[in-house]
Amino acid sequence: METVTQEVPLEHFIVLSTILFSIGVYGVLARRNAVLILMSVELMLNAVSINMVAFAVYTAPTLFTGIIFAVFVITIAAAEVGLALAVILRIFRNRGTANVDEVDALKW
Amino acid sequence: MTQVFFDIMAATVIIGALGVVLVRNVVHASLFLIMALVGTAGVYLLLSVEFLALVQVLVYGGAVTVLILFALMLTRARELQERLDGDQKPLAAVAALALLGALIAMVNQTVWPRDINQLTVVPFNSIGDALFNRWAVPFEVASGVLLVALAGAIVIAMQEEGET
Repeated sequence: METVTQEVPLEHFIVLSTILFSIGVYGVLARRNAVLILMSVELMLNAVSINMVAFAVYTAPTLFTGIIFAVFVITIAAAEVGLALAVILRIFRNRGTANVDEVDALKW
Repeated sequence: MTQVFFDIMAATVIIGALGVVLVRNVVHASLFLIMALVGTAGVYLLLSVEFLALVQVLVYGGAVTVLILFALMLTRARELQERLDGDQKPLAAVAALALLGALIAMVNQTVWPRDINQLTVVPFNSIGDALFNRWAVPFEVASGVLLVALAGAIVIAMQEEGET
């Protein structure tokens, strides 16, 4: 019975998470709706989790450090989404828009 | 065979992610997000980390996406029919491609550890063991963070007196 570590090299997981992270970066930079930016941030967090889990499984299978870190990333991401959506909702109520380029009260 | 499964999962994740950043309909974008997140759960399964795959589907595929859909509904993102991308889109593409190129070049130049051991399914009880012994303090801190963040979210989003 073949296992993942024998058949798929570690690089494949790293490249997958690199591509996912770059797509997330593009989304954060290109989108102007705050909720869509938040979704792109979620993609980047996922890329990091994949990376850490792959390293944990390939290099230190008896320690679960990478897996535990992924659990914490998911926890913090849930807290972050709740908080960010509350902020976006408040901005929408005060200014009537959820587009980040129209919320420019701090601009000179 | 495992390679084929990996390719399917990777394709699911990448198509979903591209959908999130490229489509012109916000609700479709959030559905693509579900696709990417569930694909990630598949990748975890492939790495035989079943616990994380379950948590991923429950927390991300369920709770986070529902929250995002609610936010889209409350900010009326569908009705307002605005441009979803800013003017900086070409620059963003250049920056993301540059980052991708640099990281992939780095991955190619590094010698990664070849595999070594038989992969065993990561058992639930050993994850629990690690979480509650070695990582007990961070675990408690994380629960405090969650509590504070959710209470803060309620306070921030609460309707104030005299507000429409």
